[in-house]
Amino acid sequence: MAQVSSISNEQSPTAKSIILKISRFNPEHDESSGFMEFNIKYEKWTTVLEAILDVKKHFDHSVAVRYSCRQATCGSCGMIINGKPKLACFTKISELDSNVVTVEPMNNFPVIRDLAVKFEQLFDTHQKIKPYLIRDDTELVSDEKEFLQSPEEVEQYIQFANCIKCGLCNSACPTMATDSSFVGPQALAQAYRYVADSRDKGKDSRLKIIDDSHGIWRCHFAGSCSQVCPKGVDPAMGIQLLRGYMLGFRS
Amino acid sequence: MPKDDHREGIGGMINPRRYGIERVAYLLMRISGLGLLAYFIGHIYETSNILRGKVGWNEFMAMISTTEGHIIMSIVIAMCVFHTVNGVRVMLGHGGVGVGTPARPDYPYDPASQNYRHKIGIYSAMVLAAIAMMYGIAVMFGE
Repeated sequence: MAQVSSISNEQSPTAKSIILKISRFNPEHDESSGFMEFNIKYEKWTTVLEAILDVKKHFDHSVAVRYSCRQATCGSCGMIINGKPKLACFTKISELDSNVVTVEPMNNFPVIRDLAVKFEQLFDTHQKIKPYLIRDDTELVSDEKEFLQSPEEVEQYIQFANCIKCGLCNSACPTMATDSSFVGPQALAQAYRYVADSRDKGKDSRLKIIDDSHGIWRCHFAGSCSQVCPKGVDPAMGIQLLRGYMLGFRS
Repeated sequence: MPKDDHREGIGGMINPRRYGIERVAYLLMRISGLGLLAYFIGHIYETSNILRGKVGWNEFMAMISTTEGHIIMSIVIAMCVFHTVNGVRVMLGHGGVGVGTPARPDYPYDPASQNYRHKIGIYSAMVLAAIAMMYGIAVMFGE
């Protein structure tokens, strides 16, 4: 399946070139995945996503890749870049310090085609932990104020509210690599986000959901999830703090 | 496991190269745990030889008091020390100790849970395991 192509037209004099290896796999036709190689010119600021879009524009429009915002906000373009889960729009080729850039679909997610993966399980587990405030008085009546919080109370969870559901943490998790029923670091970190929110009253129901053999107890604190998070969410910290609630160290 | 799951599987789980010393500690914890389980089973068999009387016991002791037996025992000592020290670190982490406190993250987003305290814990476990292993070798093979 390998092929090497390059753009023949004139480029900027500062442009360098790399070999971009793109994983190609269509589950409907292919038995196994293979790589296609492309010679790509890049500048200091060129991102991996831009290089992939260059390939789509000049060489092979059939490369399947999911992207949207191109500014590390939507979390759509998560993939394995040179062996590690990263956002393609947030990763510059010049920062990879390699003449060969390999892009593959995220691990631990079923592949739709090429670099695009299914997010159903991530969204299901996210939904399972009830990612919303639970209170008896959800609806505000007129002339009542908002649910007030002190800055200290906001600090307890705001880091975890930065999650963009890109799935990189689930892709890096060693438990997710072998346990298809594991709820995963993304959902567990979000469980902490709501449990730690002073406005929320659904702590007991959430803790009951994750108190499962495939729930929070399957995390073994390898910390890989936190190392790949592009938004600094630190799911490993959230999971350990959540265990504090489960074990009665926190209230 | 369905084929289209695209899970890394055991090969991905045990690959220690991509995510730093924490992932190495995760792997060593599993290997040492399985190793100690195997030793525990072997140890039960070993001590059960006492039922064969003094002669049977001495015969078995002579059989395992070899260079290979001593090397295995020194590895067991290292596994035991690493598993204990790293286990204490992990248990403290699981209780929320030393994993940092939630705060607004600043780029480049160094995760607070992967801080120097835990790294010191991991390196300490490795160094103590190496020292214990060397001490065990010195005792078993003589000064």
